[in-house]
Amino acid sequence: MVSPFCGCGAVIISHLIDRVKVGLETARVSAWHRFRRVFLQRKLVIFGLVILLLLVFTAIFAEWLAPHDPYRGNLADSLAQPSRQYLLGTDIQGRDTLSRLIFGARTVLLVGFVTVGIAAVVGITLGLVAGHFGGITNIIIMRSMDALMGFPMLLLALLIAAVLGGGIHNVIIALSVATTPGYARTMYGLTLSIKENDYIMAQRAMGASNLRNMVVHILPNALPPVIVLVTLQLGSLILAEAGLSFIGIGIKPPGAAWGAMVFDGYRYLRTNPLLSFAPGLAIMLVVFAFNMVGDGLRDALDPRLRGLL
Amino acid sequence: MPELLMVNNLKTQFNTEGGVVKAVDGISYHIDEQEIIGLVGESGCGKSVSQLSVMQLIFPPGKIVGGEVIFEGRDLLKFEAHGPEMRSVRGAKIAMIFQEPMTSLNPVLTINQQLTEMLELHLGMSRQDARERAIELLGMVGIPDARSRIDDYPHQFSGGMRQRVMIAMALSCNPRILIADEPTTAVDVTTQAELLELMKDMVEQSSASLIIVTHNLGVVARYAQRIYIMYAGRIVEAGTTEDIFGDPRHPYTIGLLQCIPRLDEEKGRKLVPIEGLPPNLINMPPTCAFLPRCSDKSERCSQEPWPPLKHLQGQHYIACHNSY
Repeated sequence: MVSPFCGCGAVIISHLIDRVKVGLETARVSAWHRFRRVFLQRKLVIFGLVILLLLVFTAIFAEWLAPHDPYRGNLADSLAQPSRQYLLGTDIQGRDTLSRLIFGARTVLLVGFVTVGIAAVVGITLGLVAGHFGGITNIIIMRSMDALMGFPMLLLALLIAAVLGGGIHNVIIALSVATTPGYARTMYGLTLSIKENDYIMAQRAMGASNLRNMVVHILPNALPPVIVLVTLQLGSLILAEAGLSFIGIGIKPPGAAWGAMVFDGYRYLRTNPLLSFAPGLAIMLVVFAFNMVGDGLRDALDPRLRGLL
Repeated sequence: MPELLMVNNLKTQFNTEGGVVKAVDGISYHIDEQEIIGLVGESGCGKSVSQLSVMQLIFPPGKIVGGEVIFEGRDLLKFEAHGPEMRSVRGAKIAMIFQEPMTSLNPVLTINQQLTEMLELHLGMSRQDARERAIELLGMVGIPDARSRIDDYPHQFSGGMRQRVMIAMALSCNPRILIADEPTTAVDVTTQAELLELMKDMVEQSSASLIIVTHNLGVVARYAQRIYIMYAGRIVEAGTTEDIFGDPRHPYTIGLLQCIPRLDEEKGRKLVPIEGLPPNLINMPPTCAFLPRCSDKSERCSQEPWPPLKHLQGQHYIACHNSY
């Protein structure tokens, strides 16, 4: 049960990289063509892609794009209505909503991608190992995942924040821990069903090791649902980060986060609706964009849908 | 010819909730170099499990509980099931083809990726060499236009084509033995014949041996030199193909032959089915498992335990109290 990790991981990884290289060099142009065609054929996917590119662009060039300092406001302009000077108005401290929105894009990307990255890698690995080996390995891994799942996400995050303190790093750690079981469960279930396939037995009969079977044969077959989960998760993570920011253990006060802006603004919904609506709309658009791109990726990457799309 | 693979008293059991299923209950057989043998029996008689046991591909709740598998002077069952020694035997020395060509290839990898994997893994070939060899192999198994088809995915091939790819894959590392586990059950009759001819030719070319596992006596009649008949986890009759078809002795073998039509018999003979069902492998009685269905039973059969294989003459063996 321990043998699969006897140092052949590096070999497999370089093997995979080689494979991709050769794949690109030799007669695989058609696969790339198909990917582009399927991925770009739906207008909604293109729409999502444009939104995400805009988000990345905004996050990178926030300093240049923002008309005002997002952190220091002019109290004289507190709760200003939209005007030529403040396109989307200002909040109670006189900070420009548009500028805060632009800087908030950084938080969204950082929290979203880093958290999903950590949670997906850890969760997929745990689920794959548990599903493939079964027995005592499975019991140890999946029961601890179940224990983690037993806590509501926010409660778990609160617990972690209480130990580690607030701030964006701890938000990422807390959300990663809270979302890992989801990936582990999904991957576990997929592994259980995929490993029963004849081709896994056939590969074993050809001399494939456990590690090779897991990485080269089971993982690629499990990817489409996992990709969808990742993109859905990105949306809900943005919302969870907003929730954490609201109860005070998220982004520390001067920092700009869309979720926190929604919650900060709701008290002025009657007089200054844009304070909540603008970041709310931004969250909605980004979550929607992630879902659309995820869908498109799944359809384009899954060779089993070849010919259908 | 020297013996290439020698299986002695192999036992494999499955521990289920209902009890212990003795799927393979002490079978012994051997295969010589460049020989083709057939392993025949109905569904659930343990023929596939016996072959998977040879490869140590039995997973819980299954367990190999006894016996030895001598291959090239070493007992394969002494190796750790997923250790490097066993892995270097699988695929490289003993290869296996499975029943379902439609699901035996990984759907998300191209044929090239799956074929070259073996060559790189077992023979240490470079990527380009492996690709060239893979194209050559595909050509050998009769895939037209192999150079362009090699980058296709499995779903772009028909069932027969996929089984050809499986044959190419299994023979890619020049194994000493090819085990074909019902290789033609899932394809239509014309393709069956083509595939069997192909397998025979390929095995002869690489001077390997072939074990055909099947429930179809017609398949082995043409290709096998020797045949083992299995029933309820045991071998009940063994002999050359002439022995089995010309002079069957076990009531089960006789029954099997009576329920298939033959071209060389007089017109109007009725096909005779074997009455009843194969036994439940849980809680088997100590007596002969075929007893309830036997048309030739005697007093002795219900009193004495299932007899071991007895030598008749030549290579002909039989496990029965009465027929000799």
